[in-house]
Amino acid sequence: MKSYHYIFLLFLLVSCGSEENNEEEYTPKYVDLEIPTLFQEKLIAPLIPADNPLTEEGISLGKKLFFDPILSQDNSMSCSSCHHPENSFTDTTKFSEGVDGNLGIRNSMPLFNLAWNFDERFAWDGKEFGLETQALEPVTNALEMHSDWTDVVNKLQEHAEYPTLFKQAFGITTINSTYVTKAIAQFERTLISANSKFDQYLLGQTVLYENELNGLTVFLSEEKGDCFHCHGNENEPLWTDNDFHNNGLDTNFTDLGLGSVTGDPNDNGKFKSPSLRNLVFTAPYMHDGRFETLDEVIDHYSEGLQRSATIDPLMKQIDQGGVNLSQTDKADLKAFLLTLSDYEFINNTNFQE
Amino acid sequence: MKKITVLILAISCLIIASCSSNDDEFAKNTSITINFNHTWEDEEVTSEDFDELKFENENGETLSIERLRYLISNIYLENESGTVTELTDYILVNLGDEENLTFSSENLLLNGTYNLYFTFGFSDEENYVEDGYTDLNTESFGVPSTLGGGYHYMQFDGKFLDDTDTETGFNYHAIRATNVMSITSDDDLIETDTSFEVDLGEIYIENNTVTIEVEMDIAEWFTDTNTWDLNTLHQMLMPNYDAQIMINENGASVFSLVEESEED
Repeated sequence: MKSYHYIFLLFLLVSCGSEENNEEEYTPKYVDLEIPTLFQEKLIAPLIPADNPLTEEGISLGKKLFFDPILSQDNSMSCSSCHHPENSFTDTTKFSEGVDGNLGIRNSMPLFNLAWNFDERFAWDGKEFGLETQALEPVTNALEMHSDWTDVVNKLQEHAEYPTLFKQAFGITTINSTYVTKAIAQFERTLISANSKFDQYLLGQTVLYENELNGLTVFLSEEKGDCFHCHGNENEPLWTDNDFHNNGLDTNFTDLGLGSVTGDPNDNGKFKSPSLRNLVFTAPYMHDGRFETLDEVIDHYSEGLQRSATIDPLMKQIDQGGVNLSQTDKADLKAFLLTLSDYEFINNTNFQE
Repeated sequence: MKKITVLILAISCLIIASCSSNDDEFAKNTSITINFNHTWEDEEVTSEDFDELKFENENGETLSIERLRYLISNIYLENESGTVTELTDYILVNLGDEENLTFSSENLLLNGTYNLYFTFGFSDEENYVEDGYTDLNTESFGVPSTLGGGYHYMQFDGKFLDDTDTETGFNYHAIRATNVMSITSDDDLIETDTSFEVDLGEIYIENNTVTIEVEMDIAEWFTDTNTWDLNTLHQMLMPNYDAQIMINENGASVFSLVEESEED
């Protein structure tokens, strides 16, 4: 009788021990973001929320979710439908088509270096605060995935793989939208672009042609391009100030941009400065994709500025449409901008399905 | 033996009493807060006043403010015997962001009279440190190398009504003065450190918590020494050596100490 008790006790202990081992298997492995040399030297550390640290399992799950059409109403559309890796995570259309065949109202934004957006205001109009929050909206947006979070969560919960993957990434058994967006945000924070020709030039690994160097001078000159006040300089490798400006596109606004979010008429017509990295992959340009080529963009700043009440004071000689760059300066400016193209980024298999 | 013990006790008490009755001789932890206030002459200016053509400068031009950020460096206290206590190396003040209008530090200080100083902008020595400043790069506050490099001292942007009554942008940006963009030979290069030290005057420190109110009178950027004409000097001031010298001259009367308060 006594020996039976001992055997039972031993069984319990072994049973408890094996449960602990299972729990250990689900401890995610924390990951330090690999920060490129230039970013280490020139920028403060990226923003990683304390309640959503990067883990191998979380990033992997986020990547799977990013490319999985399960998030959409009819399982036809994923995040990557509008954010293609080969296009620096935007698409090639003016407006993207949602699951119902309807077009959105703004150009899809490229995705990279998002962990260095310290104001944490995302989207053209800044309506989303934080990457995790941003990822919530496209799922339910009627012009995008037009889904419902309850349905999405049910589909994930019933999926053959996802329950295990969420358990491994977050230790949860009940999936919810918070953890879906946490995982997607983790993957998005790994999308770092920092290996363009210009980055290599700054690191002393290559040289620029004369026209590219002249283009840089145009970019950095207050009397010519004056691009640097909103898009940074050689020590500001994000190539955006992550702020909102009215860059003189229209006299009257059909899209209020930041003003529609803040309700302040002084913000009408202001949109987020996009990074100038990877422009060669991200046409068309502007919040509404109105310019199909970089030449059109440069022409706009050179002689196409439109006056309005909220036009940024950095815009110059508006009555002449701008500073009227010479054809040579325009061509050289374009040549410089193309040195910001990061082919390694768009070909990085870690960022592909 | 008893007498000796009593004597030692008496001396000890005297020493202790002497120490406790003279706090001035011991440095104590003092919390210093500097609030940066902004006025247009006597009227308070906050970000609520942005974007309105409501200010008139000495030259009679009506203007608005849309952005005002500036760099204050080397904030320090100097006591009567010349001992210097640095409060911080630099801060970026942003009128558009309430969180960036106050600076606080903890310091070991003796009670007494101090003079408060800071530098507007960076001196050349601080402006051109080898690795730069990652926080200022992240804030897009740098000056391109083609314009002399280093960092802005100030970005003050807005609009004014020009001679034709047209709303026109102005970018009153202060940097180290250089003629680098207007010369054809390096031999003609002139570079002048246009940062300047501000002597805010005396403060008296007696308690553990000190709050200092510093004021920038924005209107002063447009007058004294130079009456600023925005019609001729509104944009492209960074490569304009003479304009930078004028900004430096006008800056001398911009800052003042308006109030100091203390709490135990």
